[in-house]
Amino acid sequence: MKPLQSAIMTDNAIKGRWAHFGRQGLPVAVMLLAVLLAWYMGTVVLNAPGAIERVLPQDGSWRWQDLLAVTMEMQRPVLPAPHQVLLDFWSGMVDWPLDSPRNLLYHVAVTAESTLWGFVMGTVLGLFLSVCIVHSRTLDRALLPWIVASQSVPVLAIAPIVLVILGSLGFAGVAPKAVIAMYLCFFPVTVAMVQGLRSPQRIETEMLHTYAATRWQALWLLRLPAALPFLFPALRVGIAAGLVGAMVAELPTGAQAGLGARLLTGSYYGNTVQIWSALVMSALLGLALTTAVAGVERLVLRHRSQA
Amino acid sequence: MKRSTKLTMMLVSGCLACGFLFMQWAPATGEAAPTPMFWLATFVLALLAVQSIRRMAALDAGRIYGTLTAALFGVWVVYFWQLLVVAFEVPRVLLPPPSLILQALGSHGPTLWGDFVQTVLKAVLIGWALGSGMGFAVAVAIDRMPFLQRGLLPLASLTSTIPLVAVAPIAVMWFGFEWQSKAAVVTLMTFFPMLVSTLAGLKAAGKLERELMHSYAASYGRTLLALRLPAALPFMFAALKVNATLALIGAIVAEFFGSPTSGLGFRISTEASRMNMPLVWSAIVVAAVTGSVAYALLVQLERRAAFWHPSVRES
Repeated sequence: MKPLQSAIMTDNAIKGRWAHFGRQGLPVAVMLLAVLLAWYMGTVVLNAPGAIERVLPQDGSWRWQDLLAVTMEMQRPVLPAPHQVLLDFWSGMVDWPLDSPRNLLYHVAVTAESTLWGFVMGTVLGLFLSVCIVHSRTLDRALLPWIVASQSVPVLAIAPIVLVILGSLGFAGVAPKAVIAMYLCFFPVTVAMVQGLRSPQRIETEMLHTYAATRWQALWLLRLPAALPFLFPALRVGIAAGLVGAMVAELPTGAQAGLGARLLTGSYYGNTVQIWSALVMSALLGLALTTAVAGVERLVLRHRSQA
Repeated sequence: MKRSTKLTMMLVSGCLACGFLFMQWAPATGEAAPTPMFWLATFVLALLAVQSIRRMAALDAGRIYGTLTAALFGVWVVYFWQLLVVAFEVPRVLLPPPSLILQALGSHGPTLWGDFVQTVLKAVLIGWALGSGMGFAVAVAIDRMPFLQRGLLPLASLTSTIPLVAVAPIAVMWFGFEWQSKAAVVTLMTFFPMLVSTLAGLKAAGKLERELMHSYAASYGRTLLALRLPAALPFMFAALKVNATLALIGAIVAEFFGSPTSGLGFRISTEASRMNMPLVWSAIVVAAVTGSVAYALLVQLERRAAFWHPSVRES
């Protein structure tokens, strides 16, 4: 059995990356191409009425090539072409100094800062609460049902209230946004950690008990390591939710800085290309944040399996 | 009922009665300035409340007591919220007492009902049904196309990390300020979770069962209807439940970007900027109750539809 398995494994390794690409990468690449193609077609179809009305000569003396070219380069398109978005995206990052509010990266930094602060605070709060819940029957039965139930409630709706409360208490800047990101992060972390801290089997807890381990030792040596596989998926959910929270929190604060503010100003001034590049940027930021968490997960769990 | 249970219930109802009587005292209703005596009494009452919750939690009888404990905790939280906010004279902008929120809920009933119709019955319900329905349809359609599945699945899973709500300004531009733009955002947000879950669910049928269907010479459609779709039900319900919350969030946040003069999100953002906090809180109560009720309804529906499934039978 063993030799056969290892033979198969080496065989797979020799077949190498191309087979993997054919199975995984190729379909994804084809889908992405299809999306791009559909986007270009959508650009032509959606922008055509506006182009005929405003840009092209009124007497009808234009060929379809003109229409095609015009729909790709509209000033205020209904749907900007992908290359327009990419150009705006690129110029938004390169054309202005990093600390200028016209620079896209500046807004990314603002949003990422409040997201990360909220993420850290939410994770710490979630860990603390879950440890308390696991060790106290009262909290477990009185508080946990409410935390679980709050998952089915649109907590994001409280964002304007948090902003008003913290604003009248004199907090401004990062703090209110980070608080909103925090309470979006902390729900999934708490629920998952309670599950994770309870995941050790009875036999393992009993063994620690026979070693006369204290509660803290049991927590540190057994429960926390056992909870790690539960923690990381929750962190990935939490940081994505925190990003949404941070962006929404930027909307009513006068929309000075951040990706959410960029979206809002874009929609005020009808600047479609700006909205789209902010949208692409927030998608990239979301991907980057979750990838970072996944990277930490791989590091931590690999370290664990070696030990 | 055991003796200890009886004793605890008596203790709890005694505490609640004390709390009720305490509420009639002048400082608690805000008619007189709180005296040191009042603070002492409040402290004792707080100890009583903690004790009643602890006793209740220590009971080891049935699930109903777990629910009761949580309910008791909720009651005490609301109670002390009311008591302390009134006694400390916290400004209404910071935190209105629950009684005022209830009052706003009653006096602005018609407004809030209009918002509910605008946001929930139009945007959320239609968007949720469209998004989930399309996710389901696409998943079933590409069930026999592994190439498309391998291409779509990674992309669809990635969308969970992307703040999809951010398309709201574009949706408002395309579909106008009315509920159609919110429904579009909700459709987009609910589409992918349903697609991913249904695809996972369609793979959930056991090998044994599939081989049995095969030995019956059942056609593809027959196997799908009689075996694989029922086996996928728990996955689909999980997605529907997640989508219910997502849909509410999507519709409310999309209204922050522009809406007609009704809708829960509109109410929350405009009244918050006018510092009319009791009304904001009551709009949030409406949203929260809607979310919980939708969730409970879906759980009930799942019990009916997938009554045979182990995850349902256990509970």
